[in-house]
Amino acid sequence: MTPLLTVSRLHTFYGNIEALKGVDMEVHQGEIVSLIGSNGAGKSTLLMSICGNPQARYGHIHFRGEEITRLPSYQIVRRGIAQSPEGRRIFPRMTVLENLQMGAVTADPAHFEQDLERIFTLFPRLAERRNQRGGTLSGGEQQMLAIGRALMSRPTLLLLDEPSLGLAPLVVKQIFKVIEEINREQGMTIFLVEQNAYHALRLAHRAYVMVSGRIIMTGPGRELLANPEIRKAYLEAS
Amino acid sequence: MASVEQNMSAERPPVLLDVEHLTIRFGGLLAVDDVSFQARRGEITAIIGPNGAGKTTVFNCLTGFYRPEVGRLSLRHPNGAEFLLERMEGHHIARDAGVARTFQNIRLFQRMTVLENLIVAQHNSLMRASGYTALGLFGARRYRDAEAEAVELARLWLDKVGLTPQADWEAGNLPYGAQRRLEIARAMCTRPVLLCLDEPAAGLNPRESHELNLLLEGIVGEGTGILLIEHDMSVVMEISDHIIVLDHGSKIAEGRPEQIRNDPAVIRAYLGEDDEAEIAPDLLPDQAGEEGIRP
Repeated sequence: MTPLLTVSRLHTFYGNIEALKGVDMEVHQGEIVSLIGSNGAGKSTLLMSICGNPQARYGHIHFRGEEITRLPSYQIVRRGIAQSPEGRRIFPRMTVLENLQMGAVTADPAHFEQDLERIFTLFPRLAERRNQRGGTLSGGEQQMLAIGRALMSRPTLLLLDEPSLGLAPLVVKQIFKVIEEINREQGMTIFLVEQNAYHALRLAHRAYVMVSGRIIMTGPGRELLANPEIRKAYLEAS
Repeated sequence: MASVEQNMSAERPPVLLDVEHLTIRFGGLLAVDDVSFQARRGEITAIIGPNGAGKTTVFNCLTGFYRPEVGRLSLRHPNGAEFLLERMEGHHIARDAGVARTFQNIRLFQRMTVLENLIVAQHNSLMRASGYTALGLFGARRYRDAEAEAVELARLWLDKVGLTPQADWEAGNLPYGAQRRLEIARAMCTRPVLLCLDEPAAGLNPRESHELNLLLEGIVGEGTGILLIEHDMSVVMEISDHIIVLDHGSKIAEGRPEQIRNDPAVIRAYLGEDDEAEIAPDLLPDQAGEEGIRP
């Protein structure tokens, strides 16, 4: 079966710095795939290249069999890819509700109420603050909003960049449960980047390990979790 | 019980920061509600609590970004000088009271080099040396010495945070974790008596969090007090001397890490039930006792 997303020999640059040095990876329909690696390995760059910002210099990205490498970001979103970016790029002057509405612009309006309800059940904090401006939320609440906004587009492929960043331990547990739930119940395909390698690997059907802009290892999440090298490099303190 | 507590506090270092009845309201929202706590010299005091509990707001009051409606925030220097932070402007708090901070959403000078970020942090002492005139530009001796000293302090901190090889990089090009370390180095270049860190371990992997612990222990070892907001319990429980727990703007608990870890109210509001049992034991036969695996 053709993968939902195929990335082949992808090279992305920031000026002269080559951040991705020929990345090959794929995500199949219905999978949760995690990408782990140290700070600066190029994980966020890969997610952002998939969304066309920055565009890759060499290589190809195919989504549902169609090449999207050179498409502008808004075209990529319309084809069913949504991202919750690292560092909570919410719209600070819009209210919580308006931010969520922005997430839903490409979605079928028939689902709006139901999806909104789900986000509010997932993050009761956002329901309490629905008429507050995004910029006045605390850091963790902004993170919840960024994830909620991405979910509102009902994407075929959801890209999550560090979903646990800045969230309280209790909420981190909830977030990973929810990711599992939307994958199982709605069949949403999820590709996520996490520093919290333990959670990311435990959750993933498959995972990739990135070092210095290259994929160096791949396998089922739980297998990597048990791999002594991976544990030494990413799971243990010293 | 009271006498036990008195004995314990007698052994602890002197109070550096005394927060009494801090209250701040945004419109109808009571963001911080009558919160009192102390932080001590050479100790790490952590402030934890759910998202939106008011933790960063406390920092913003301490550093002059917000002015509290009610409350006294007094900072006592080792030389006996006392500063009432709630009455001071932010830049005076940084310059005169010696309070430095980092930010949850990193705020470096992105287009300056790593080294330049640390020199700018010493702007105040450099200006003093220049006599607030253009003398510095004409190479007055006193200014040259001050400048050399500033570069030396910057190099010392670059070394401590492991960024010497990246000294000439643009700060914005550093990986996330390195930017966090640079923010700490920048704050330390102001030679603060109190360092406020807002989620320094966010986005760090377990190995990097462990390195952060060592860095922070080194900083308090030299007498600076640290106030720490952090969600990574492998940092908080490992290095804190004292923990304050906020929920909905109020203090719901405080104490030593082992007290907080087992406090039912804190577990309910913040930590969640320990789900170690959910970890597939066959895959992780030796996981018990390993600090690096975060629940």
